[in-house]
Amino acid sequence: MNRAGSYRMTFAEKVLARTRVDGSGSARAGEMLQVRPDRSITLDADAECLVRFEELGLDTVAPGGRVVAAMDHYAPAESVRSANVHALMRRFAARHGVELFDVGSGITHQLMVERGYPKPGELIIGTDSHTLSYGCLGAFGAPVGATDMTAYLATGEIWMRVPESARLSFDGNLSPGVYGKDMVLLALGDLGTDGALYQSVEWTGQAVHDLSVSERFVLANLSVEMGAKTAYVQVDEVTLRYLAQAAGEEPPAFNPDQGARYVIDRKYDVSSLPPMVAAPHLPSNVHAVDETEGVTIDQAFLGTCASGRLEDLEVAARILQGRKVAPGVRFLVAPASSGAYLAAIEAGFAATLVSAGATLLPPGCGPCAGIHAGVLADGEVCISTGNRNFRGRMGSREAEIYLASAATVAASAVRGKIADPREFMGG
Amino acid sequence: MKDVARNRQGTLRETGKVHLLGDDINTDYIIPAVYLCLYEPEELGRHVLEGLGPEYPARLEGVRFVFAGRNFGSGSAREQAPNALLGAGIRGVVAQSFGRIFYRNSINVGLPVIECPDAVAAVEEGEEATIDLTGSVILLGTRRFAFAPFPPNVQEIILAGGIMPLLKEKLGR
Ligand code: SF4
Repeated sequence: MNRAGSYRMTFAEKVLARTRVDGSGSARAGEMLQVRPDRSITLDADAECLVRFEELGLDTVAPGGRVVAAMDHYAPAESVRSANVHALMRRFAARHGVELFDVGSGITHQLMVERGYPKPGELIIGTDSHTLSYGCLGAFGAPVGATDMTAYLATGEIWMRVPESARLSFDGNLSPGVYGKDMVLLALGDLGTDGALYQSVEWTGQAVHDLSVSERFVLANLSVEMGAKTAYVQVDEVTLRYLAQAAGEEPPAFNPDQGARYVIDRKYDVSSLPPMVAAPHLPSNVHAVDETEGVTIDQAFLGTCASGRLEDLEVAARILQGRKVAPGVRFLVAPASSGAYLAAIEAGFAATLVSAGATLLPPGCGPCAGIHAGVLADGEVCISTGNRNFRGRMGSREAEIYLASAATVAASAVRGKIADPREFMGG
Repeated sequence: MKDVARNRQGTLRETGKVHLLGDDINTDYIIPAVYLCLYEPEELGRHVLEGLGPEYPARLEGVRFVFAGRNFGSGSAREQAPNALLGAGIRGVVAQSFGRIFYRNSINVGLPVIECPDAVAAVEEGEEATIDLTGSVILLGTRRFAFAPFPPNVQEIILAGGIMPLLKEKLGR
């Protein structure tokens, strides 16, 4: 109907039009559709879907789709219960021929992107809210729950409402010491935690074009903190070159139509953007770094799916080179994947970090969700590269979490207080 | 596996006590991540809203409905959040707006989630409310608050007590 007509589709409409089960090939914001995702990921934190699927007694998993089962939220297991969940996942993967990301390989979203699995225009569902990270490669990552996943594993389909779309355009050049993380915090502070509720957020513009896939990952990743259903970072030669390398072949580009309809259309200039910090207890409580400078910290954490990549480890190593972590501060570093870990060892970044006093954790989510490996005590303050600073997220409800870029976190680890990373750069 | 949602099949109208919460009640507050290796609604219900304070599971005793401000259930994809509410005996959540994953998860497990800012503005803590899903109306004493009816596919899922019963029926299991 709309395919050949005058209706211009957003990214989300195009993907859902392509994947809708009835084959009509159209999709408009607000419609309820039955869709057939191209891929899915299931995690240890929501492994319930595997149990439910087995209860149904079916042989085929996700007919027509591909499934990954991954252990990252509590890897290695911190309790007998968790260990049993991991054992269940391994049995499930072996029985059904599902690809397994086992303990120690890293954070699922990072592994998916490193392997070049998400392709422009694909629909990928996952039982984790940061599944929308795959927007960094132009895929429609849609976070779903365990029951959605059970339905997908059983039938290869799920229901979905076609979201409205927001377009965020960025121009200008980032100053040294300012990163994609600071851009996303700027937009999050502007739009708030429900500013893009139920929407698909499209990131575009020259300043987005200038970012590596690693930094584009952060834009897509934190879009969920604005309430978004999915995120899309413009597909350009950076995307296609990355995928040619990671996946061994260059996929076709996939872009929204010119003139599609956006319920939010904002423009930002990043030329004079300073490093940004989200203060407790909401990721939208964003301030320029100088407004929080001097807050004393107990822990600095570099990791999570919003960071922990080789580029982040490199920035931190550059800041810690020839310096020490401040006395009384714990600097925890969890590489996002074993690949990033190994590359950081080979490049000497790991040695720089450890000799400066940092603690390297196994690849995985680490203390991000307050499950293990670095939970916070009552009254403690942490600065983290993560995406959520809700009260109690990393342990005690009486602790405080600030969110910032890898550079700001590393600079703060050195100072023992929240610090502006630009003072450590270019020297 | 026992499933609270499944027992609710066909429930169209319920009456009970309201507990009122504020804005941005995220899923980390509804069920902290340390409980993510639990699945049973009853078990999760024992820790419901513990992210707001250890007194919470007890505070919800006898409560049937949670009313809340903006963006209720924002954050993580954990289906343990609506299941914890179901396990604690909650039979409906009314809010100004919902986090989207929580919203779909709730529908999928058969927990009615209703956007109705006017009812939230009017309700008092501890008041008795009636939620009528077929009539798309909330009653607070003599005051009536209409809400947008669910799309037919969503209505079907909620009334069946979630997707699992429908799926089993469809697959003949
Ligand atoms: S690193 Fe944190 S935000 Fe990312 S998937 Fe793990 S727990 Fe979730």
